[in-house]
Amino acid sequence: MTNAPTPTLAAAKQESGGALGFYGVWVLAAVALVVLPLIFSSGGSLTSFCLIGIAIIFALSYNILLGQTGLLSFGHAVQYGLGGFLAVHVMNAVANHNWPIPLPVIPLIGGIGGMAFALLVGWVMTKRAGTVFAMISLGIGELVASSSLILRSVFGGESGITTDRTSLMPMFGWTFGPQIQVYYLIAFWVLISAIAMYALTRTPLGRICNAVRDNPERVEFIGYDPHVVRYLAYMFAGFFAGIAGGLTAINFEIANSAYLGATQSGLVLFSAFIGGTAYFFGPILGAILVTYLQLGLTSVTSVWQLYFGVIFIGIVMFAPGGIAGILMKHRPLIRAGTLGTVIPSYLVAAIPTLAFALGIILTIETVARFSGGDVINLLGIPFVATAPTTWAAAAVLVVGGFLVARITWRRVAEAWDRAATVARDRGYLA
Amino acid sequence: MTAAIQVNAVEKSFGNVQIIRDLNLSVAKGERHAIIGPNGAGKSTTFNLISGHIKPTSGEIRLNGEVTSGLRPFEINRRGLSRSFQVTNVFARMTVWENVRCAVLWATGHRYAFWKNVDSLPEVKQRTAQILDDIHLSHRRDVPAGLLTYAEQRELEIGITIAGGASVIMLDEPTAGMSHAETERAVALIRRLTEGRTLVIVEHDMSVVFGLADRISVLVYGHIIASGTPEEIRGNPKVKEAYLGEEVD
Repeated sequence: MTNAPTPTLAAAKQESGGALGFYGVWVLAAVALVVLPLIFSSGGSLTSFCLIGIAIIFALSYNILLGQTGLLSFGHAVQYGLGGFLAVHVMNAVANHNWPIPLPVIPLIGGIGGMAFALLVGWVMTKRAGTVFAMISLGIGELVASSSLILRSVFGGESGITTDRTSLMPMFGWTFGPQIQVYYLIAFWVLISAIAMYALTRTPLGRICNAVRDNPERVEFIGYDPHVVRYLAYMFAGFFAGIAGGLTAINFEIANSAYLGATQSGLVLFSAFIGGTAYFFGPILGAILVTYLQLGLTSVTSVWQLYFGVIFIGIVMFAPGGIAGILMKHRPLIRAGTLGTVIPSYLVAAIPTLAFALGIILTIETVARFSGGDVINLLGIPFVATAPTTWAAAAVLVVGGFLVARITWRRVAEAWDRAATVARDRGYLA
Repeated sequence: MTAAIQVNAVEKSFGNVQIIRDLNLSVAKGERHAIIGPNGAGKSTTFNLISGHIKPTSGEIRLNGEVTSGLRPFEINRRGLSRSFQVTNVFARMTVWENVRCAVLWATGHRYAFWKNVDSLPEVKQRTAQILDDIHLSHRRDVPAGLLTYAEQRELEIGITIAGGASVIMLDEPTAGMSHAETERAVALIRRLTEGRTLVIVEHDMSVVFGLADRISVLVYGHIIASGTPEEIRGNPKVKEAYLGEEVD
């Protein structure tokens, strides 16, 4: 025991410093959530913010499984959708009976719905991780999604079940009719849920989730049953997914079978992965990007899903750590002050990479619009889809961009190695 | 006095292949017991059987008098037995500190708690710091375990094993692949950290075995052919014939 106080003291010091930064981040997030609609006050951006907020909760809940516990789920939308359906039914019941339950409580009901379903099916599902879990999650997802079309009284068939969020009792004079009031309701739940999910990672259970992710076999030899750990993680993920589903139900005033389906499950996997599952904030970035892309791309191209696929493949192949992984890779360089030596190589590499990307876009759009003979507007330049000159331009951009980009990225790697070596020598590992 | 570990007539077959036949082993409380034997004799299988990693085909295993054969590894661990692995088996993406802390959590009663902040549990923090200090890895506390050197990972492996405060510690070839200097260091570490506990160790390095063990069991083809003090084992003709012959004298 003689030497114990020294490391303990050092640890305490480090953690108190971290705590200050910790609260700072959440206060900042709260302020940002309050201020955002005041800066971007158009109806369109408000709608986007609402969707992004919901996507953030959903993606973070997914990462309790994938990033924290190492469970790859293909059916996470089940909990989300069932949370949404339960929320709609409760809202209608509350309105019919004039129960004194205000709207802001409803997402909690959604969460309970998501958790209850996880409680029910989770024990069997989480017996094994890996492929077995992934396959069962896919099966359950399809099972519930298809039942939703058959069990009409509960799920309302193809049209779904509608509700009226303003029919609940008002709170502090708020009826939640105007979108701005819904925004603040969502923002409140985003903040609470994000803090709760972060806090969860800092509990004994949260730490053991990581241990189960890294090495479930060894966990059994330090007193834990990995099955119980996975089950608990699955329930928490279901709870927060249900909250997101409840908020969606409030936002759209409807719940339908699309909420439960494979597309929704795929989208959340996509968000978490693109954002980066290794860091808590990764899925937040992913949710923001994916929602924006979804909203932005659908208005400019009919094949927006194709772009999602291309981006996903690109991230998996070249940046498996996602956006958060790329950002965090730069941390030791920033700390060591060697980032400046890498930036010029980035700028050089950006030009051919951009040309390559434009070539890909032009190719995709040419193929997509060929039969219509439409005109593609790219950077203000009109390209006719049926013109051989357009095909030639696309080919030159793709091939030329790729060849030049390869050389420049090699330069980036070299500059990177030099900068990282210096950072390591200065003692910055991460 | 009840034995810390009592193995009675245990058999283990994989398909038609019998790996362990009529295994009988008794390890007294507080004893340092080494299991030796040629490659493929079933030493690791014996470890896996006692720690619950695999279940015996027949026979009975007791830990401190209580039957543990048939229990899951975590159930056996909670009853006071902890083991290390021959191939390093740590939590690679987590830091050294977190590795040890995870191994402390169950023993300090925090179980699956999701309402406590893990950073503000004084006894967990103190015990983790103590273990890190014991295994000389305090200066590496924030390094991911996967980035440690081989010898450091072996030390962390021992740290995780002892962190829960189990009364029976089983180490599977803790010095495998280590240099002479590293081995000496590791043996001193093991000797110190298992003070007052029961130790079962599988080891190939005979200087380690004879330097550390109070008693030795010799396992050949899944059967213990001799058990005794180092002197008895040295003098045992059956052991000489079967295994040690040229190595011990």
